[in-house]
Amino acid sequence: MATGGYMLLLILLSSLLPGVAIFFLREQQFALRTALNLGGATLKFLLIIALLVGVYRDGKTYSLSVNLLPGIDLVLAADALSLLFATLSAVLWLVTTIYAIGYLEDSPNRSRFFGFFSLCVSATVGIAFSGNLITLLIFYEILTLATWPLVVHRGTAESFRAGRIYLAYTLLGGAVLLGAVVWLTLLAGSEPFVAGGYLRHLSADQGPVLIMIFAMLMAGFGVKAALLPLHSWLPRAMVAPAPVSALLHAVAVVKAGAFGIVRVLNDVYGVELAADLGVTLPLLLLAIMTIVYGSVRAVFADDLKQRLAFSTVSQVSYIILGVALAGPIGAVGGLVHLVHQGVMKITLFFCAGNFAETLGIHRVDEMRGVGRRMPWTMTAFTLAALGMIGIPPLAGFISKWYLGLGALEAGMAWVTGVLVVSSLLNALYFLPPILRGWFSRREGPWPDERHGGRRLETHWMLLLPTVTVAAMALGMGLLASLTISPLYWVTFIVEFEYGYDHIWRAIFEWETP
Amino acid sequence: MPLAAVMADVLLAPWLVILPLAGALLAGLWPAAARWWGLLTALLTPVMALLLALQVHAQGPVILDLGGWAPPLGITLVVDGLASLMVLMTAGVGLAISLYALGYLGGTDRGRWFWVLWLWLWAAMNALYLSGDVFNLYVTLELVVLASVALVALAGGAAPLVAAMRYLLVSLLGSMAYLMGVALLYGAYGTLDLQGLGAQVVLSSAPMLAAVLMTVGLLAKSALFPLHVWLPPAHGSAPAPVSAALSALVVKVSFYLILRLWLTVFPALPLSGLDVLMGALAAGAVLWGGLMALRAPRLKQVVAYSTVAQVGYLFLLFPFLRAHPEGWKAVVFFAVAHGVAKAAVFLAAGTLQRAAGHDRLAELGAVMRGRLKTSFALGIAGAGLVGLPFTGGFIAKWLLVQTALEAGLWIWALVVLGGGLLAGAYVFRLLGPAFEPGPADRGRPLPAVMEWVPLALALLTIGLGFAGSPALSLLARTLAGGGG
Amino acid sequence: MATEPVSLQIYLACGTLLFVMGLHALVVRRHLLLKILAINIMGSGIFMVLLGVAAGGDGGVDPVPHALVITGIVVALSATAVALVLMLRVKAATGLARLPRSGPED
Repeated sequence: MATGGYMLLLILLSSLLPGVAIFFLREQQFALRTALNLGGATLKFLLIIALLVGVYRDGKTYSLSVNLLPGIDLVLAADALSLLFATLSAVLWLVTTIYAIGYLEDSPNRSRFFGFFSLCVSATVGIAFSGNLITLLIFYEILTLATWPLVVHRGTAESFRAGRIYLAYTLLGGAVLLGAVVWLTLLAGSEPFVAGGYLRHLSADQGPVLIMIFAMLMAGFGVKAALLPLHSWLPRAMVAPAPVSALLHAVAVVKAGAFGIVRVLNDVYGVELAADLGVTLPLLLLAIMTIVYGSVRAVFADDLKQRLAFSTVSQVSYIILGVALAGPIGAVGGLVHLVHQGVMKITLFFCAGNFAETLGIHRVDEMRGVGRRMPWTMTAFTLAALGMIGIPPLAGFISKWYLGLGALEAGMAWVTGVLVVSSLLNALYFLPPILRGWFSRREGPWPDERHGGRRLETHWMLLLPTVTVAAMALGMGLLASLTISPLYWVTFIVEFEYGYDHIWRAIFEWETP
Repeated sequence: MPLAAVMADVLLAPWLVILPLAGALLAGLWPAAARWWGLLTALLTPVMALLLALQVHAQGPVILDLGGWAPPLGITLVVDGLASLMVLMTAGVGLAISLYALGYLGGTDRGRWFWVLWLWLWAAMNALYLSGDVFNLYVTLELVVLASVALVALAGGAAPLVAAMRYLLVSLLGSMAYLMGVALLYGAYGTLDLQGLGAQVVLSSAPMLAAVLMTVGLLAKSALFPLHVWLPPAHGSAPAPVSAALSALVVKVSFYLILRLWLTVFPALPLSGLDVLMGALAAGAVLWGGLMALRAPRLKQVVAYSTVAQVGYLFLLFPFLRAHPEGWKAVVFFAVAHGVAKAAVFLAAGTLQRAAGHDRLAELGAVMRGRLKTSFALGIAGAGLVGLPFTGGFIAKWLLVQTALEAGLWIWALVVLGGGLLAGAYVFRLLGPAFEPGPADRGRPLPAVMEWVPLALALLTIGLGFAGSPALSLLARTLAGGGG
Repeated sequence: MATEPVSLQIYLACGTLLFVMGLHALVVRRHLLLKILAINIMGSGIFMVLLGVAAGGDGGVDPVPHALVITGIVVALSATAVALVLMLRVKAATGLARLPRSGPED
């Protein structure tokens, strides 16, 4: 056990143990459950901050390994990319927990919900801190197990159907992934993730096998990342309660898939080897097809959550697009979008949840005039949606800017065309709700108004997290040049992991004259 | 270490037979106190089994001539890594079954008989694992059969009796085929000793015929598809502790015997054709058992069909046997992981059945919501059956896939992965009712032990997820045959 | 074993024949008593083979197969006893001394 490994274990346990305890609480034990939930989320947040301080200020390394089989260890380790994803999860978990407590007030089976919710986050943080491919696989499968109960939480026939489809996709993906990881382990052993990959010495004679394994890995992770044609579980999984949609779609499940792809590309194969094998271009094309397809489907979706789901399908592929460009600037764009998309999409889902919970609005055409009734929520929605479209100076603009630069750098100028088309499509599906919400006039009552005649437009536990994440989305764009911004962090990762020091300096000086 | 020095001289193996046998006798003589004798035995035997495994791990295989009588007239006990691991698995699951049965059967008349038969079964299984010659193996095999048939019949009623009768006939048929094989081997080589036979067997007609007779006979007993039809009714209609013992332990007995024979006695025989045939049957078992488990309307039937499916994995042994020198270890680890997980699932199913008064899957939702600990046990152990991470099942699946890929037999890797998907489908089907909306209901009052024991066993499957390395290093201390 | 007397061959052949006949009856007959008898006939066949093996050794009669046969008879007796009791119970419970034909797959 290396130094400080207990920290990583503690971070995992800070959501696992409260989660297990919550299962066995009675429904009426509201105060204790809330205390456990918020206590665990806050503790995890503080622990991650302590970890960040330890890594960046004191230069400590944290790792923990447990033997599973001869030559195969379960490894937890904290590198810059893990910390990025773990921080994102911890922060968004904290706000989502508050939101979920408000959202699920008075609904049945809350203990079960929060129990699995906590397991889900533990698995996500486990994915973040996985130090090798086997550990990543293990937590990835645990995530499948922990999210299924959340998808079927409502217990309706529709949610069971969605749950079945979700399981069919993810278990199949998991099986393919297991096969690929075993195969790769046989070829190259159970190596830790390392910048630039650890397969270089194999490449000479094993080319076709490595390509095959790469395809299997992409299929396995692509299921959760909702890559075309493995995406169709995602819109159906929208039957889950809004906090689940928010966390699943912004962080846990889809990001786990995208994170896995980034790990494989950067730290298992290495960008150079992947480019030599010729696997980055097919991945790039797949990502582009997914981006366009998701956007087109989103334009034609009337249900607000469906529209957001298809938007997720599209937006997550930006991350994959970024890393598949196989250059440092594109990687900055992709990785920073991991964070930006997470924060913006969670804002949008919170808003959708607020509309549904407060006024019973589920469809885009029901949003007429909602801006007058719920100005705070509508402002948050507008900020996040404009960010998604990529209006400067919001967070989404930063992502797209770097993705475009990355495409130019990689000599694939046509990719910028795809970005433009996608942004137009984004505008096409995000502007109507914004325009209707602010500028149309409401005639007749709301579909199902529940929070009437109070001082705030809706329950404070719904409003506060929404406004917080919207402010974060705004801040990430406006303050992108600060040293605590995700952009700075991501450029650090790229500098460190890609070893493109001079290129990074060039961009940075260009960005802040 | 002084402890190791003392341990080295202690003869542990005989006690693993004597203890449960004495327990069975005492339980028969004092029926009123039967369960307390059972409890005492169940607590002592695992200690012995653990010490035995540690001893074998420390100093390698032990061969014992009982009473100083040398074979062929004396009885030889052979304790190696494989035997001690099976004894240990039996002891762990046996302890859980015993504790559970305390609550499940209480002090009923049926319970008294249960203890006699169950401890008898336990003694017979241990004796079988420790036997070193083929005839002794026959006798212990018959003891296992008679005790398990009586346990199935214990439930009374037409269905269990018919299931028991069918089980008895199939088993006796298997035993007869096995015994004929023993006669042929003795006729050809004049010895019954496993190692001695292994040193002499060469490719010729007598051992080939013996191998076929013994293997087919044992296949019927281990319910490999398509010889499985007796299993689901027998395992599905027995009382819960009996179902657990049969599915988790007794099925492994005949698998162990097949493994032992092919590992020690028949390594000189070629497998051409047999490995493909057995692999195909294994794949058929995985597929058919999985599909039937998806259709069965009752909880315990689903679990019983899951055993049919999982027995299939055991017989991937044959494709692995010659293709990969370490392949059989993966299968043994799977057998252990399955034993623990399956026992947990059957015990949890028994608790739910008792609480609800029935085990119709569609109507179990309320009780599953009311009995959270048991539902968790079902979920965790079910994850073990699927082979999801942090369970012994995952390590087993990993080893199986690794073995298959390493030997270049990717088709069997596909079978393992595909079987995992089917298992996923029926395990989540089992858990589905818990998520339907509706009230929670604890059902009839039950002793607390019936909730805690399945949970403890389920947690043991998680423990097995970290036991891969120790188990493999214990298995490395196994006596193999082939030219001595 | 090239110089085996003819009588020994007859023992082995008869033993095998009994085994096969028993097997046939076990599969074909439906009455449980007949099935149980069939298993006993199979057992007798095996015992005969073992006796033949015992006589076939070089230095006189080999005692080990005799010991095996005696033990085997004890085991067969116990198994038959259990089977007969179970048959009676099945008869009492279902009214038929045979197994229902309906598939166990339901």
